[in-house]
Amino acid sequence: MNVSTDIRTEGKGYFGTLWYGAKSLLIGLKVTLTALFKPIVTVQYPREECEITPNYRGHVELVYNPETGGCDCIVCGMCARACPSDCIVVKGEKKEGEKKKSLTLFSLDFTKCSLCGSCVETCPKGALDYSQDYNIAGFTREEFHYDLIERLKRRHQQPLAAAAGGN
Amino acid sequence: MPPELLRMIITAVLVVAFVFLNAMILGYMERKVSAHIQRRPGLMEVGPHGVLQLIVDGLKLIGKQLVVPEGASPFLFRLAPLLSFVPCVLPFVVIPFSRKLQAVSMDVSLIYILAMTSINVIAILVAGWASNNKYSLFGTFRSVAQAVSYEIPMLLSLLSVILITSTFSLKGIIEAQKYYWFILIQPVAFIIYFISGLAETNRAPFDMPEAESELTAGFHTEYSGMGFSFFFLAEYANMFTVCSIATILFLGGWKGIPLPLGDYTGIVWFLLKVYGLLFVMIWVRWTYPRVRFDQLMTFCWKYLIPFSLANLLITAVVVKII
Repeated sequence: MNVSTDIRTEGKGYFGTLWYGAKSLLIGLKVTLTALFKPIVTVQYPREECEITPNYRGHVELVYNPETGGCDCIVCGMCARACPSDCIVVKGEKKEGEKKKSLTLFSLDFTKCSLCGSCVETCPKGALDYSQDYNIAGFTREEFHYDLIERLKRRHQQPLAAAAGGN
Repeated sequence: MPPELLRMIITAVLVVAFVFLNAMILGYMERKVSAHIQRRPGLMEVGPHGVLQLIVDGLKLIGKQLVVPEGASPFLFRLAPLLSFVPCVLPFVVIPFSRKLQAVSMDVSLIYILAMTSINVIAILVAGWASNNKYSLFGTFRSVAQAVSYEIPMLLSLLSVILITSTFSLKGIIEAQKYYWFILIQPVAFIIYFISGLAETNRAPFDMPEAESELTAGFHTEYSGMGFSFFFLAEYANMFTVCSIATILFLGGWKGIPLPLGDYTGIVWFLLKVYGLLFVMIWVRWTYPRVRFDQLMTFCWKYLIPFSLANLLITAVVVKII
């Protein structure tokens, strides 16, 4: 009984099969040997980190405006209304002698956020953007109730720490 | 203390130490080479480039309990790892690492090594039978069938070298390769021997006895702790033995560019050649997929045995004429 059912060697005969097999084995060895001397592609995560693309969608973050030294938020509340998960709370008050309301609270409950981006799209002033922070882990739920004003301040007091991805 | 006894003790200690060291080097080499073939860095955590990882692994295995499964034969179950380990250590006694680095010089050292490496089959048989586990038993069946089949081309290919040297002494065989290595006049025998060696040591692509996708871990499924480590050590010691026979018979043993104190420093060339062959074994393992059982048998009976017989016949005729 001929047990060989391989279509690649069918009709090749005894020596033809041997020749074909030996050749393909050597090709296989060549493939792995060249791979052996190619550079490593794995990223050793805690010690080195990947480049984050600008398209990365983290949680939302207030955009820093270097002219005013704060953010552009006008407390219109459109982001809070656009949010399908109801995780944004925006509060502001009109201070003495100012024309516009100024932001006093921008809280994001990241445990409920589905990263849809509706808030960023609806913002009329472009004051919201996606964060590049992906090293997000915590021990309690409350760690993910972000105060974005606080985060904005911290980011621009310690620019180095923010670049490293710390909050 | 009589000097002969002292000699025996020193030999025993050195040989066992070398077996452990060899398993560590090969374990590290295997994991690193496999990693780089798959373009990973491999061991990196324990020590610089993970060099201490194998020590940590060894300590872990020593610390673990050997669980005897229910329904298993307790005596045979405990016996099998030792039965596998001891015969794998014994060949190291007669391997000539260099002209003056051989513990015991025997006239029949090649036969002695082949006899010792064959006992490993019985150890696997005992391990699989005693485990009371269907996977172990299937691994055992395959292993025994495979080892018995591949023993034939292996011995036939070695025999064609013996016809030329007309001695079984490993030292004599190396001395016979004064002007050229035997791989030049016996390339077919070398290739057949190396392939059979892969099958004898249950290495991929012939690792059906421990085909993890089908048989969990084959004959050592039920073994933990030092029971498993003995099989592991035996496998690597066996690989070393197979490669050192290939080095001695085909690659000129300790011969190479002469170094100072050539009677002792030949070990450098010897180990270089052996670890080169071991690298090829590892390289082959991480290149080819596992063969099917019928392919394994077809390859042995339809290709290896006819070719080794023809090679033997041609060698015999040529030796007779010359």
